[in-house]
Amino acid sequence: MTSDAGSTALSVSTLRAGFGAAEILKGINLNIRSQQVTAIIGPSGCGKSTFIRTLNRMHETSGEAWVKGTVMLDGQDIYAPEVDPVLLRRRVGMVFQKPNPFPSMSIRENVLAGLRLTHRLKADAADAVVEQALTRAALWGEVKDRLAAPGLSLSGGQQQRLCIARALAVEPSVLLMDEPCSALDPIATARIEDLIHVLRERYTIVIVTHSMQQAARVSNQTAFFLMGELVEVDETSRVFSSPKDPRTEDYITGRFG
Amino acid sequence: MSPLFRHHRATGARMERVFSTICGLAVWIPLIILAVLLVVGLSEGVSRIGVDFLTSYPSRKWEEAGILPALVGSVCLLVLTGLIALPLGVGAAVYLEEYGQRGRFARFIELNIANLAGVPSVIYGLLGLGVFVRALGMGRSLLAGACTLALLVMPVVVIVTREALRTVPDAIREGALALGASRWQAIRQVVLPMAMPGILTGSILAMSRAIGETAPLVVVGALTYVTFLPDGIDAPFTALPIQIFNWVSRPQKGFLINAAAAILVLLVTLLSLNLSAILLRNRLQQRMQG
Repeated sequence: MTSDAGSTALSVSTLRAGFGAAEILKGINLNIRSQQVTAIIGPSGCGKSTFIRTLNRMHETSGEAWVKGTVMLDGQDIYAPEVDPVLLRRRVGMVFQKPNPFPSMSIRENVLAGLRLTHRLKADAADAVVEQALTRAALWGEVKDRLAAPGLSLSGGQQQRLCIARALAVEPSVLLMDEPCSALDPIATARIEDLIHVLRERYTIVIVTHSMQQAARVSNQTAFFLMGELVEVDETSRVFSSPKDPRTEDYITGRFG
Repeated sequence: MSPLFRHHRATGARMERVFSTICGLAVWIPLIILAVLLVVGLSEGVSRIGVDFLTSYPSRKWEEAGILPALVGSVCLLVLTGLIALPLGVGAAVYLEEYGQRGRFARFIELNIANLAGVPSVIYGLLGLGVFVRALGMGRSLLAGACTLALLVMPVVVIVTREALRTVPDAIREGALALGASRWQAIRQVVLPMAMPGILTGSILAMSRAIGETAPLVVVGALTYVTFLPDGIDAPFTALPIQIFNWVSRPQKGFLINAAAAILVLLVTLLSLNLSAILLRNRLQQRMQG
């Protein structure tokens, strides 16, 4: 399923999306590379959240939402009529802005939620799944003695790592992160960023962030969005050191946004 | 410190006292009436309450009369009403809240449900008589009574369920969908469990209103003198409020005492239902917050 690191995992072409009469994405072309981190930066309202939500077809769950164009995942257009968005979302996981563990479930149940919800959990595999997912999310050591405690009893940063573990337990190949640290303090943020470094060995990661420092720290390539258009995409080091487009330079030097 | 200024302040303080007294009365008057009802019921009826009273059939002699058929009838009605009203009400609310499109039609339905909740219960009785007893041929049975009461409580169940569903944040629904759950799987296993405390409390309160209802049952044709227990959902029946209504209208003093005792039983049943609703809600909420 996963191809070589650096090859194209997701290929987005002429992607347009919006709500009703409003067009939010105005023709995006972007290749997302396998087992690398792609950061999406841009000012508020530039369409970066909408973009990431088109990659697992979460965008269309809101009323009046529409999408045109193609997104190829391992050679298959995810917007082809025969594709079931429910099955797609098991291969393209997502972590949200605010940690959203399920309040009615324990830590353990939260990790297993994806498999349980979709009736794919084998009873004897549960313990192994829980340990593996929590270990990969760097949370196992902190919670292994209280797996039965409610998910909401954890701190904000731990809750977000629990949500990452929950997404990993479904065994996706791509992990989308929509401003995953915006509700966290600097220490919890640093832990998530460390985690992203480890996770990219195994997963293709797309992260939306409003923090340019964060994009510089965690990503291999960076895409700059402005008013629904992709202004520039390049190696992260090059985007931040020698941007080609003057608008990118204005943004990263703090002249607006 | 002009005199005018002080005068204003004094008026303000007086208004404040008047208003808080009125509000206090609004709290105390119903409480006192309830207390009087309990005390009168207790003083008159408590002497009649005992195993015999609970396990005897009605009788022409007040000393031998009991409420067994009425009690059994009320419990059967309650269970049947719940079995009918809860799935229908929760289902309707889930459809309206989770699947329905927001629009003029949704608002129209919403308004109508709110109106239905305010329709006098005797009207539901007439509806039940026309639809369940006559048109659907259920006769004057337990089932017809339960269907009628279910109609009566359903709007309330729909309203409380929708409110409970609205308290579940969209982030939770998105979280479930992003894990590859279908809409129904997300609702069934994540949204409904979270909304459950609210749904249960609201529904139990609605049900406790149903077991106190008399008018619709009179219209649907509950019997007033029953010397047998219902042996199926198609059996004729009576219920506690009907029994009380019947005894109160008798001239003999003894039957009035019986009525007081039956009122006590009904009140205890109602209060314990409400108490269980509160306990249930607290337990479910605690489990979530840890």
